[in-house]
Amino acid sequence: MRGTTALTMTGLLALLCLLPGDAHGQQAAAPPDDSIPSAQLLQPEDLVPLLGRSGGEKPLVLQVGPHVFYAEAHVSGSEYIGAGKEESGLQALRDRVKSLPHDRFIVLYCGCCPWKKCPNVRPAYRQLASLGFSRVKVLYIADNFGKDWVTKGYPVEKGR
Amino acid sequence: MPVGSRGRANAILLVAGIVLAPVKPTPPAGRAAPDFSRTDLERREIRLEAYRGKVVLLNFWATWCEPCIAEVPRFAEWQRKYAGRLQIVGVSMDDEAAPVRTAYRRYGLNYPVVMGDEKLAELYGGVLGLPMTFLIDGNGRIRFEHEGAIDLAVIEREIRELLPRS
Repeated sequence: MRGTTALTMTGLLALLCLLPGDAHGQQAAAPPDDSIPSAQLLQPEDLVPLLGRSGGEKPLVLQVGPHVFYAEAHVSGSEYIGAGKEESGLQALRDRVKSLPHDRFIVLYCGCCPWKKCPNVRPAYRQLASLGFSRVKVLYIADNFGKDWVTKGYPVEKGR
Repeated sequence: MPVGSRGRANAILLVAGIVLAPVKPTPPAGRAAPDFSRTDLERREIRLEAYRGKVVLLNFWATWCEPCIAEVPRFAEWQRKYAGRLQIVGVSMDDEAAPVRTAYRRYGLNYPVVMGDEKLAELYGGVLGLPMTFLIDGNGRIRFEHEGAIDLAVIEREIRELLPRS
């Protein structure tokens, strides 16, 4: 009996080690030294219900990373803009938003690299902030779009 | 990491490590590496199957990916060190070839680099995070794969494990 209990406990321990971080109640936190205010970050699980809204305002979701990655998989309904680290990408972003009201709800994302290494989201965020857009969120992708969005079963589309 | 051994094997080993004696995992045979043919930056036709008999390190990377850039000089070093037995093949996921050509020269890359796209990425199960590296044995089977920045000593150990004895 005691041996069975020990084995059961060991098995439970092993299963706990297999659970993803958020199943432990952990939230991926943004680094405190980040140049994007934490209030402007949006967790992937919080974007999902916004995409499926039948009423109310849906965010305009813009991908500001590599086009190859967008073609492979992107957030359903999102638009490809261009890499935020390139002037051509920032120009495309300015062109896309020029006719929009400054209180339009916009979500930017990339997911090419781990959050701290992403070269695209910060310049794109700063661009929209400098243009006066007041409701811009940036999707917080801790590792990459594959791991933090696709493999979690969140809605994706393919194609350019 | 040995192919197909991720979470489940970790749990099994964890249990085994507590209840039984530690067990050294044996890498499974692995799936066949999907063949592809592309033209590299030097305009040479590259076909994966042509490297049968050698260990192939297939590396998906990009010039904007910091951890990738940290790896490529070591890959060039290994290409020299294990010449004739190892073949490195780079697949750039950059949108344009121009920065890849610049990086190719800057880092003295001595192995073929082809431009990737979503079709090639999907052949390998989806590449939505970089770097991603596959180690393919001389029989064309994927034996190890790694996503993200990892200790290159681990990859070199795996290469040596797969290299034909000389």
